[in-house]
Amino acid sequence: MTIDLGRPAVAATAVRKAYGDHVVLDGIDLDIPAGSVFALLGPNGAGKTTVVQILSTLIRADAGEMRVAGHDVVRDPDAVRAAIGVTGQFSAVDGFLTGEENLLLMADLNRLPRKERRQSAADLLARLDLMDAARKPAATYSGGMRRRLDLAMTLVGRPRVIFLDEPTTGLDPRSRRTMWEIIRGLVNDEGVTILLTTQYLEEADRLADRIAVLHRGKLVAEGSPEELKRQVGGGHVTLRFADPRGYDHAARTLDVVSRNDEARTLQIPSQGDVRSLRALLDWLDHTSLTVDELQVHTPDLDDVFFALTGNPVTEQEPAR
Amino acid sequence: MSSVSRTVSHAWADSATMLRRQLRHMLRYPTLILTAAGVPVVFLLLFVYVLGGILGTGLGGPSGGRDAYVNYVVPGVILMTVATAAQGTAISVAIDMTEGIVARFRTMAIARVSVLTGHVLGSLIQTLLSIAAVIGVALLVGFEPTADFGEWLGAVGVLVMTILALTWLSVALAMVAKSVATASNMLTPLMILPMMGSGFVPTDSMPAGLKWFADYQPFTPFIETLRGLLMGTPIDDSATLTIGWCALIALGGYLWAKKLYNREPNK
Repeated sequence: MTIDLGRPAVAATAVRKAYGDHVVLDGIDLDIPAGSVFALLGPNGAGKTTVVQILSTLIRADAGEMRVAGHDVVRDPDAVRAAIGVTGQFSAVDGFLTGEENLLLMADLNRLPRKERRQSAADLLARLDLMDAARKPAATYSGGMRRRLDLAMTLVGRPRVIFLDEPTTGLDPRSRRTMWEIIRGLVNDEGVTILLTTQYLEEADRLADRIAVLHRGKLVAEGSPEELKRQVGGGHVTLRFADPRGYDHAARTLDVVSRNDEARTLQIPSQGDVRSLRALLDWLDHTSLTVDELQVHTPDLDDVFFALTGNPVTEQEPAR
Repeated sequence: MSSVSRTVSHAWADSATMLRRQLRHMLRYPTLILTAAGVPVVFLLLFVYVLGGILGTGLGGPSGGRDAYVNYVVPGVILMTVATAAQGTAISVAIDMTEGIVARFRTMAIARVSVLTGHVLGSLIQTLLSIAAVIGVALLVGFEPTADFGEWLGAVGVLVMTILALTWLSVALAMVAKSVATASNMLTPLMILPMMGSGFVPTDSMPAGLKWFADYQPFTPFIETLRGLLMGTPIDDSATLTIGWCALIALGGYLWAKKLYNREPNK
């Protein structure tokens, strides 16, 4: 597989889409270098899925220039389809067929040579940890298994650009972690380009080289995870003190972000790493202050949105 | 290979793949074939044993009675099987359209219409199997076709034409329907049409208005052609009408279904 480094795998300018009066995308620009992972971060209804649907030729944009893998999305959709793979939010597997039959179906539709079909199916079943369930109908799979089969089906055609629309939404923490490992492996081993959408800052942070934040149909921020977090501000540690004396002492001595005198809690900036926590605990020990409760808070999507838009996620427009 | 012939060969290959998908579904759930044959068989038995004694005499033939009626009603029941199976096709297409798998197919570089072609060809096979089951039961209850080998082939040809026509129509209707239940309901009138034609009684016995409808609706020539081939009754212009109706319905259904499939999926 050739990786055309330097050439964008996805390039889009001024993409607009509206349903009647409801503007879903209000002029989106994307520039995703080949071989990288790009995360589109936003709450429900921000327009993330619409971006994926437009770039994967499923629906048409009202306006804008879009090229995927070098091909124009509007003028040459079949060339785009031949280069991409899509794993959507809703599982796109045939529940009546077994996992193996689903993969063989994809092998046929991708016109793999007869000898390679079974090998490709077997490889993907092994890689996505589906060997034990290979002969069972997909309708009997758990959510995590369905999602893995879905991704395996996407990989049969060896796509150069992969769209993952909320790949871990609705999965339990363990399945989510497995999925992250698989996605990371894809990028490291095969050099594919991935555009993923997610509601979870942690997910974007783990997987993406660059993150763009989508808010009411516009990109309100873009950068590496570090750049974004710097914009957002770091996390903090919350300490609740047992007695007023200790509270006062700590409030005077420590670098405090905010305080609540009634609850006797202090917020202290911290990245939540072991070293700074140990330093804090050592100091508390040393000064013999009694702390009833300690909470470590890492920045999440709420913080990002609060920092970028002044609104928490819950107050976002409940769009489609 | 030129790009046109490559497109055509891809369309064939993709349709064959989609047909294999349908056949797998069928093998996994063989009860579908029996269900599609079940309703017509029940009607066959009801009409032959409950009503057949009187209706057979009413036909005014030399023998009369139940034995004559079996031979009269079987072509109608066979067309009813085609209509029942078309309803089954509509349901399975409607289910498919609500699943994510079709969205996946739409983002793949495959012949767009192959998903639908697969459904239609799969239904063709399934319907022929159901008809074979119905004919089997009919033979057990006294059906005595006079057809020779050539006429049997002709009968199969007529059935393939009507199945393709009604199936393409039902695929289109299934995509108009927004839900599986609506798809099922939309096809119900199709099952009543054989009764409002020459399927169960001669149209001459009907009141004027109904007779007019019965004589001109497509199921009557379908049934008359089939009856002529199986039982040696006169066919006249029914064969031409059948070919015309089938070509019209099949082409119309195909183009309609294709247009609906290519329309943007609404969210």
